[in-house]
Amino acid sequence: MEKNSCRAECAISLLPVLAVAALGGVFTLVGKEPILVFHGAIMALSGALAALYLFRKMLAPPAEIPLEYNDKIIRAAVIMILIWGIIGFGVGDIVAWQLAYPNLNFDLPWTNFGRLRPVHTTAVILGFGGNALLATSFYVVQRTSRARLAGQVTPWLVFWGYNLFVFLGVTGYLFGVTQSREYAEPEWYADLLALLVWIGYFWIFLATLARRAERHIYVANWYFLGFIIAFAMLHIVNNLSVPISLEYAKSYSLFTGVQDAMTQWWYGHNAVGFFLTAAFLGMLYYFLPKAANRPIYSYRLSIIGFWGLVFTYMWAGSHHLHYTALPDWVQVLGMSMSLILLVPSWASVFNGFFTLNGAWHKLRYDPALRFMTLAVLFYAIATFEGVFMALKPVNALSHYTDWTVGHVHAGALGWVAFITIGSLYKLVPWVWHREGTYSRRLEAWHFWLALSGAVIYVGAMWNAGITQSLMWQTYDANGQFVYSFMDSVDMLHPYYVARAIGGLLYLVGFMIGAYNIWLTINPPTPAEIPSTPETRPLPASGVVAQPAAQPAE
Amino acid sequence: MGKLHQMIERNSIVLVLMITIVASIGGIIEIAPLFTIQNTVEKVEGMRVYTPLELAGRDIYVREGCYACHSQMIRKLKTDVDRYGHYSLAAESMYDRPFQWGSKRTGPDLARIGGRRSDEWHVRHLKEPRKVVKGSLMPGYAFLADTDIDPQRIALSIKALQWAGDPYTDEMVKEAAKDAIRQASPDMDDAESIKERYGEKVQIRDFDGNPARVTEMDAMVAYLQMLGTLVDTKALRAAVKAQRQAAESKPAGKAKEVAAR
Repeated sequence: MEKNSCRAECAISLLPVLAVAALGGVFTLVGKEPILVFHGAIMALSGALAALYLFRKMLAPPAEIPLEYNDKIIRAAVIMILIWGIIGFGVGDIVAWQLAYPNLNFDLPWTNFGRLRPVHTTAVILGFGGNALLATSFYVVQRTSRARLAGQVTPWLVFWGYNLFVFLGVTGYLFGVTQSREYAEPEWYADLLALLVWIGYFWIFLATLARRAERHIYVANWYFLGFIIAFAMLHIVNNLSVPISLEYAKSYSLFTGVQDAMTQWWYGHNAVGFFLTAAFLGMLYYFLPKAANRPIYSYRLSIIGFWGLVFTYMWAGSHHLHYTALPDWVQVLGMSMSLILLVPSWASVFNGFFTLNGAWHKLRYDPALRFMTLAVLFYAIATFEGVFMALKPVNALSHYTDWTVGHVHAGALGWVAFITIGSLYKLVPWVWHREGTYSRRLEAWHFWLALSGAVIYVGAMWNAGITQSLMWQTYDANGQFVYSFMDSVDMLHPYYVARAIGGLLYLVGFMIGAYNIWLTINPPTPAEIPSTPETRPLPASGVVAQPAAQPAE
Repeated sequence: MGKLHQMIERNSIVLVLMITIVASIGGIIEIAPLFTIQNTVEKVEGMRVYTPLELAGRDIYVREGCYACHSQMIRKLKTDVDRYGHYSLAAESMYDRPFQWGSKRTGPDLARIGGRRSDEWHVRHLKEPRKVVKGSLMPGYAFLADTDIDPQRIALSIKALQWAGDPYTDEMVKEAAKDAIRQASPDMDDAESIKERYGEKVQIRDFDGNPARVTEMDAMVAYLQMLGTLVDTKALRAAVKAQRQAAESKPAGKAKEVAAR
């Protein structure tokens, strides 16, 4: 036990906390839009509560810091993963049904597709994905450093601040507060909050590494660190903007047109590259070997994979802008670097699969490991597909169609969410000190529902996208288009219904998973479960016990 | 490799520095040169900043997330050009903050939608899309017609854009709130004065069919009707053709020079 008071840390944390509270206060007082006043009040209230918490910590007598891992913060993040997951997947399925049956838009401002779509993407990427990264990175950095998480108050400020940022984002969209920059929609004040949070996150990570009892920094932490640094750069540059005043939420980008497009897709592509890939590879590099109980196959492949990814991803953003007004040399450079990107991507794939050598039989009875293995497979498919789509001739076919949507979801449903869910099924019993999850059968149900949902979704979108594009490109003998644009829309309907059904299966699977995790955390009272065979009621001879007489599973 | 990397992975600060450097290279090489604007955005005749009313319309376009389904970028592909018109020039989005090129066409491209349909068509279509286009997947935006624009906010926007570097004159900034109303109120005495500031081609009329109010529907339709109309693409195409013919008729040495340009 070491004694410690929170003087320095609390005092430094007080500055950003008060800044957020003050900005919120100003919005509340001068805001002319209801949503800005609401956001201001929330910011002021959260800031005030956080300041109060910091004051209490500062004035309290030096507390004894336990020498054990800080798992409370991980538990909190796990709960948020479940909440944002259900919101994100749920809204995603709603917008999928809206595309199949447009009357479901109800023609109200806050229920139309354009406003709900970023709610879906933000809740999934930043809400579900972001909390998954907080939980797992905090877990991994402590275990692989054999050190308690740095900071007494900063982890909690980071956790609540981050979730406040996501909350401001999604509630803002519903009322039309958005930058309409894909995957960076939150307005400037939410972005500033995110920046403060990120500085805290970076500090926690570095300070924990600094007190590590291991000489080497484990490979998973390289990825987490890469993600934290790169995302900070992307977030800052891409969100540079001019607010019109403190009375309105609106701001204008500091960049225009072509430069703005390149900056935005440099961000957009690398949000995928570092947020949704590098960081989740960090998760893979810890939880897969742990679940399989095998060491990582190759140290050398890890090094090649990591540095190759950090270097190459940043070049590839321009493949989102093929044949546009962006200068050709940038397009060709982006395409070429995208090809090279396959090398580090598949280095991780091979490393993942070969790590499973000697543990493949475990897939038969461990659904969590199955989730992780399929995640690697989906990662392999999606990265190959991504390279393919980055080629200019293929892009001429795939761009602007549902093929892109299918590709993104192969990555999001199949890779990001699968690796998260697989890791969660391991992480939850570890941090709540349970022997295992509540039910492996429910895990298996979740697995098969999620897999069929993802396959239906991606399959439907491939077909929809390619058909759509071919229809746009079909000429008759006179050089006239055979199909009007509306013909290509009418054709989509069955695929859109199939996609929405796939999404529904995925959502139901996740809700079963959430239920399973909830019961793992709060098991039904153990007293009802007979602990030894002797105390179990004996079945009448020759008669199989009735299900009702069985102990609850 | 092993020895060197052992040093890196034992020292968190070195690791952080290495990551920062390695990750920065790509962005710096690809993005920084684009800011030498002369090479990226060729000057084109006809481009002007948005009028206050058009800007209000654009803000609504951004607010509603229209980019999720509509692109504003006609690529240099035959199929795009045949369907939507002359490919988009870099200059045409030079005042777009943010750019709205989009990444998905659930609906058609809108880069040159201006002037293709009547105002009445746009109003009816925005209110009830499926009454006008059978099978459309678009949500209805009837609420735009019930919401007045906020001239005060538009004035602040124009001021912010001037600060950010768009060539709005001080007079434009001063008159912004009034200009927003003028453009949709042809009956006002000084409605035409907006042309002194934004040029002869500015469209001044009651866009939403409700002369009593200046609504978000006015702004939206004003924006849609100017999209892609600023640059005379017909003249541009003719000029390029003439240039090419001239190059062919000239001696080889000069032709090379023209081609290099």
